[in-house]
Amino acid sequence: MGLAKRIIPCLDVDAGRVVKGVNFVGIRDAGDPVEIAKRYNQQGADEITFLDITASHENRGTTVEMVERIAGEVFIPLTVGGGIRSCDDIRTMLNAGADKVSINTAAVTNPGFVREATERFGSQCIVVAIDAKRVSAEGEAPRWEIFTHGGRRPTGLDAVEWAKTMVEYGAGELLLTSMDRDGTKAGFDLGVTRAISDAVSVPVIASGGVGNLDHLVAGVIDGGADAVLAASIFHFGEYSIPDAKRYMADHGIEMRL
Amino acid sequence: MTIAVIDYGMGNLHSVAKALEHVTHENVVVTRDPRRINGATRLVLPGQGAIRDCMGELERSEVKGLVLELLAKAEKPLLGICVGQQMLLDDSEENGGVACLGFLPGRVRRFPVDMLDSHGNRLKVPHMGWNQVAQHQPHPLWEGIDAGERFYFVHSYYVDVSDDTTLFGTTDYGHTQAHVATGRGPVFATQFHPEKSSAAGLRLLENFVNWAP
Repeated sequence: MGLAKRIIPCLDVDAGRVVKGVNFVGIRDAGDPVEIAKRYNQQGADEITFLDITASHENRGTTVEMVERIAGEVFIPLTVGGGIRSCDDIRTMLNAGADKVSINTAAVTNPGFVREATERFGSQCIVVAIDAKRVSAEGEAPRWEIFTHGGRRPTGLDAVEWAKTMVEYGAGELLLTSMDRDGTKAGFDLGVTRAISDAVSVPVIASGGVGNLDHLVAGVIDGGADAVLAASIFHFGEYSIPDAKRYMADHGIEMRL
Repeated sequence: MTIAVIDYGMGNLHSVAKALEHVTHENVVVTRDPRRINGATRLVLPGQGAIRDCMGELERSEVKGLVLELLAKAEKPLLGICVGQQMLLDDSEENGGVACLGFLPGRVRRFPVDMLDSHGNRLKVPHMGWNQVAQHQPHPLWEGIDAGERFYFVHSYYVDVSDDTTLFGTTDYGHTQAHVATGRGPVFATQFHPEKSSAAGLRLLENFVNWAP
């Protein structure tokens, strides 16, 4: 009995529509984020994350409107990420009804922004997204580095040290994505998940690479993650959120069922 | 009939207002105007972030005196949420010690940092996510809500009341028992976020809207 580990479906949104659409059992969804969010809520999702994948200036208004519509109907925590670069961006999203924002590239280019944001809005609503890639060779002590621009641009920053720095700067939560695993369905990079989870005091969300329910279990038990984020395994109806929760609970993980 | 969400500059008031609008046809306003707060039939006191900032903003917004007066009169139902619960206590350990409103006897304390879960993993602070709430004693706001129901939390400090009659709900995190639902008279306050706790949270808000203490 106690705090449940969380399952967070992630929706990639472009110009107010969920990219790729979502195929719930028997129902093909054209990609309306509000309908999809409502259905994930009904299925028992613990939170919902929206990633504005283009995050262009022109699209910002559409994203804000989408967040407003969802926040009026879905009463679980909503995190919005993608293109969050200023305190004005954060205020806009929180006023629209987001509960947290996820800061990615802007944290790397201007770490002071994370401190400013947490001092202004509180740590509870600032998630720092960390995109890590393994850079050590086979047989070497494992080492991971922070990459930006979808994993294309190295920064020279050690991922574990960077995670600790972001928590010192006030981040309330870390969203850790393995760039090596993202989209592979080979499972989380448990090494970096464990290393960062052990190194910081705040909750860590594992992301990148989920292909089956055992991967979710491993993320929590072996990786030490507090929450697991996945997109495609839920979107295309391979597994439902209740399936995943039941499976994790059967493996001894505290879940909200 | 108006529900006023007190806007003193701290906290995400939109979520609370939207959730209230979802459960009632009554007028929901987000306001710092003393006349509107005075004229409302029930009040919500939210709060997020550091307690020193919340108490400071409450003072600066000139709403503090009014809130103290309304608490002393004990006529209108008031729902405190998150730091809005913590501010009702005598004081908090946060920010090196902060005096609060003194409506409920007790203190706000920090979770210890060395807690482990059943897998031997470190228990994180903030306590973030869905945890179970044991109903310490009956209350109209628990109507239709199961014992042990899960609600959504995000906090690093927790309430510890010294008067058992003011305690309505508890949550265990590690070896710490947090007093997550407290109240007295027409005042009820939760550490968890009912506005983010799906069906159970909406039910609690609906109970608040229908509460006639």
